Parts: sequence; structure tokens; C-alpha cells
Amino acid sequence: MYSIGIDAGSVATKGVLFNGNIVDSIIIPTGWSPKGASLKILDKLIERNKISRDDIKHIIGTGYGRISMGFVDKTITEISCHAKGAYHLNSNIRTILDIGGQDSKVISLDDKGNVINFVMNDKCAAGTGKFLEVTLNNLGIDVRDIDNYAKGSKPADISSMCTVFAESEIVSLLAVGKKKEEIASGVLYSIANKSYSLLNRINIKDNIAFTGGVASSKELKNILETKLKKKIYTSSNTQIVGALGAAVIGFNLK
Amino acid sequence: MADYRELWESLDMDLEKHDELCQVLPEFYGDIYMTQEKRPEGMNYFNFVISEIHGLRIKELNEHRKNGKKVFGSFCVFVPDEVILAADGIGVGLCGGSEFWVPDGEKVLPRNMCPLIKASVGAKISGTCPYFQSADMLVGETTCDGKKKAWEILEDYIPMHVMDLPQMKREKDKENFKDEIKIFKEKVEEVTGNKVSAESLKETIKLVNNKRKTLQRLYNTRKAENLPISGKDALLITQVAFYDDTNRFIDKVNELCDELENRIEEKVSVFKEGTPRILLTGTPMAIPNWKMHHLIETSGGAVVCEEACTGTKYFERLVDEDNEDLDSQLRALSERYMGINCACFSPNDGRIDDIIRLYKEYNADGVIYNSLPFCHTYAIEYKKVKDALEKEGIPVIMIETDYSLQDAGQINTRLEAFFEMINMNKELAI
Repeated sequence: MYSIGIDAGSVATKGVLFNGNIVDSIIIPTGWSPKGASLKILDKLIERNKISRDDIKHIIGTGYGRISMGFVDKTITEISCHAKGAYHLNSNIRTILDIGGQDSKVISLDDKGNVINFVMNDKCAAGTGKFLEVTLNNLGIDVRDIDNYAKGSKPADISSMCTVFAESEIVSLLAVGKKKEEIASGVLYSIANKSYSLLNRINIKDNIAFTGGVASSKELKNILETKLKKKIYTSSNTQIVGALGAAVIGFNLK
Repeated sequence: MADYRELWESLDMDLEKHDELCQVLPEFYGDIYMTQEKRPEGMNYFNFVISEIHGLRIKELNEHRKNGKKVFGSFCVFVPDEVILAADGIGVGLCGGSEFWVPDGEKVLPRNMCPLIKASVGAKISGTCPYFQSADMLVGETTCDGKKKAWEILEDYIPMHVMDLPQMKREKDKENFKDEIKIFKEKVEEVTGNKVSAESLKETIKLVNNKRKTLQRLYNTRKAENLPISGKDALLITQVAFYDDTNRFIDKVNELCDELENRIEEKVSVFKEGTPRILLTGTPMAIPNWKMHHLIETSGGAVVCEEACTGTKYFERLVDEDNEDLDSQLRALSERYMGINCACFSPNDGRIDDIIRLYKEYNADGVIYNSLPFCHTYAIEYKKVKDALEKEGIPVIMIETDYSLQDAGQINTRLEAFFEMINMNKELAI
């Protein structure tokens, strides 16, 4: 018996096929239709694993696009799903920092993986994947290459938390001759500062997991570890943690 | 609604702009209120009040004015209605709960300030709120810096009286506020031409206490395991309390309470079993600000109590009725009003005690701390409240939001996650 978790985020839609362990996972761009992307994931997971719809006990939807998934058995927020997903990967996790495309959040877990507290960023995009994307766009750097530029560079000082203001701040930095590398590093420090203050709004307990698309940056993880003076855990595929959590919940659902 | 254009025109209103407002309100109300299931019959009166909010009640007020009565508009639960009524005046709460008025408010106020103040000032200067237009005098207070300075601007548009509310609760502060009530009494006497006597004040103290008791009776029904009324409906009633004729309001709410108490006997609930019970605490919600209640009750929660000016702050604790002379009556009024635990006071530990007490009395499962943007006193006080609640093991979440619906999706996610967390913990406790 299987379960499927689908996480329709603002940038990417993620799916996990689960049978107690991860059987398969898919990531595709959400594009303009979270519903279309979610259905595509469902079809692909079924087709490429040569299973039928009847083999799937429960399908759980999460992420901001969950409200458009009429076909799922249940929808659950990304907060609960991230908690379950991270805990499944490492049951020592008590604190999760998740930075996705349009929001960032910190979740506190008990020793059974249940959410006991959480905080989210305000409605603006400060310190999220969108912030990274917009600011790097100014530098002509692809988000995936950020570490290659930022690593070892002296960070330029970017004080604006606001994405729009940071964009104009970067234009000014470029005008005074700052190097791309310094600015790229500055962008990561800016996100780290924002995350640090978010983390400090709840009791930080070990171990700490860093999830969401932005957690792919090893450099950001290093900066955060230095700031927190604590070790942070990431998984090889940080983007699917929410979908995995949804699948775990679906698998355990009666 | 009947045709009130002539009346509105006589009040010097901007009819064209007011039409825009009248066009959106019925649909807005319909979407939020009329979609609820199993609403009590007694809510029909309040549907009617809202449908006539700029009509019938305004007509009443203006008939009173024709007969020489004076109307006092106020913004705050610290303005003693007893004094206004004792001089045969009428007190009304004023508009300020809609985004509609914000752009007009921003014409004269800075953008970075609380939407309640921007909307109130906007409602007056745009001439689209018939309550502002029907008031002979506005009564302000010094509960925050924003309001304090806004009165100076409003003064150019309408006569103002400002009450100086002390910001601490020492003995001398209570004496000071008693003095402020006395100055207010003299002002009301001057405007109405009527003397406030110990006899008339004794009577209106009883009347306003009755209104408080009626609201207490209503809120008591929300302590039941089966909720006979939604939080949204209860909020509406509290909001209407600021506008409506006091005697009629008491009658109508008591009728509704009979029905609600029957429902409790018959175990009728407007929510399904196991719905998380929420105590909402924070900044006031002026008509038509139903945003938080609507978001909570459409994401799987039920509001069981509001620790707010549009809630328990308005009606908890009565004024001592056993005083025969004006001086002791004024002191009794000061005692009651200075007992309100507004975030403008320092320190304000009483509010924390209230929240914990109400959480228990209403059998709540969690606390949602709601603050309008730029409300420093309430936003800062969250830290103390949160620390105290965490110590008690009470789940709490802070949501800061204005009147617009642009952040509804994000708030829904937070609320749903909060309810998932509460439900998970409940399951574990079983």
C-alpha cells in the first residue's frame, strides 16, 4: 500500500510516493496552475512506478495550492507537513527553519514530531526564495549558482529587508563598483539575518533542520551555523520535505 | 432600504461617494453573515439593523435632534455613556472599520499609522458616514498618540471635546479621571442645556448597567459546550451596542438570549463537535471589520470570546448603583472605567489576568492575539502576554493585519496550522 503527498508551493510543486519509505519523488515548476501541476505529479508518480490508483491509500495536499486540489483525500497545512517530513528524516529534529518561495517559517517540535509552536514571516517577501530570485536577477546570476559566487567573498552590506528596496540598493552597490560576488554574499547574509531573528522568536532547541528550496545553498547554511553557533541539518533533497510529510500523514491516516 | 437621500443631503453628505459604499456593504455582509448555517432567529433583528445602518437609525437620531436633543459621537469604551444619557443626550460609537475610508484619511494623516484612525478621520472628512454627520460634538480621549493627534485635525471639521485618560492606575489617577468625568459632565450640560442631577445619573447608571448585564448574559451562552451562536454574530451584537437605542437593544438581546439558552438545553450547536474554541484578544473591531472572525470561523475554528473593546472590555464589571450624590457617583464611574485593562496603561498586568481567566471561563483551546498594524501599545504588550500564556501552557498565535483582504490566504494557512496543532494536542491528551 502507498500514500502520496503533494506540496504545491508558489514556485515549485513537489510530490512524494511513500510506502513507509520514499519510493519516488518529483519536482516540477508550479507555473500558473497549481491544480494542473498537482495533477501532473499524481499522474507521473502512478505511471512511472507502474501502480494503479487503487494501490494508493490516501493522497494528501499541502502548500498554498492545496485549496485547488479537489482530488485529494485531505488537505493539511505546510506547517504540519514540514514537521512530519523533517521528523521522518531525522527523529532528533526539534526545530525547523523552512524557507520557501514566498514565505519563511520556524517550527518547534516535541519529541514525537508534533508541532508545539510556529512563527511565520509577515506578508512581505523579505528573506524568502523570492527575495533571492529577484536580487540575483539583478546580478544576472542563476539561483542555483549562488554558492559559486558567494563562497569566500566579503559580503557587501545590504540593509534593506524589503525585496523592492534591496533591488534598488543593489543597483547603487553596482554603481559604486562592488563586485557581483560581494553582493551575492551580501544577499545571503541578509537572508541569514532575517532567519536568525525569526528563529529567535521561538525557543531554539537542538537539533535544527533547514528545509525548503533555499536550503539548497550550502553557503547560507554555513552562515547560519556561524551565527547560531549550532549545527544545522539539511537533507540531500530539501525541497520535498513538505510533500514527504504529507505522504507520511496520508500513510498513517486511518 | 427606503429612500433616505433627502435626509443624507440635509446632513451635508457626499451622496455620490456614499452610494459607492452602499453598493458594496450589502454584498459584503451577505457573503460573511448570510452564508452561516443554523443562525438563531433572533439575529434577524441585527440583519435589519445592518440593512438600515445608514437609514432608520439616522432618521431616529435626526428626529431626536429636531426635538432639541444632542448627539455625541465617541470612539472609545472610556467615554461614559451614563453622563450623556443623564443630560438627555444620545451617544453613538463612530465608524472606522472599513478600508473604504482609509484613502481619505491618508489625505490628512501619515500613511504609517493605524487603519482605525485613518478610517475614522477619512469617514468624517469624506462626508460619507451619516453618524459623524449627525453628531453635534465628538468626544475623544488620550488612549494613544495617534488618536490624540488626530483630534487636533478633526477639530477643524467638527466641535471636539477630549478627555484626558490617565495612563497609570494609582489612586491619584482614579481621582484625576473622576475629575475628567466631571469636566465632561459640565461640557455635556453646556451643549445640551440640561443639568445632570444625582437622580438622573442614578437612573442612567442603572440603565447602562442593564445593557452590560444583557451583554454578559449573551456572552455567558458562549461558555456552553455546544455553541448556540457564532463568534461572528456575537461580535456583530457587541458592535451594534455602540449605535443602537439602549432600551430597544436590551430588549432585543434578551429575546435572543432566551432562544440561545433554549438551544443550550437542546444541545444545538452552530459548529461541529470538536471545533477548536478560540479566545480572541487585542485591538478593537469597528463595524464592518469582521475580518478575523470570518477568517477564523471559515478555517475551522470558533471564536468563543473577545477580550477587546468590542468585547469584554465594554461590559464586564458594573458601576456601583448605591450612591445618592453626584460626587460619589462620579467616583463610582471613575472606578468602573479605570478598571478597564487597556494597553494604554503601564503596567497593564490586569489584562494578562483577564486573558487567562477568560480562557478558563470560556473553555477555550487557544488564544489568537490580533493587532492592527502600527498599534504600538498592543503590539508591544504581546511579549508579556505570550510569556505568561506559555507559562500556563496556553497556545497563542499573533496575527497583525489591517482591513484589506490581500493577506487572507496567508492568515488562513496560519490559522489552519494553529488549529491542526491544537487538535493534535487534544488527541494526544485523550
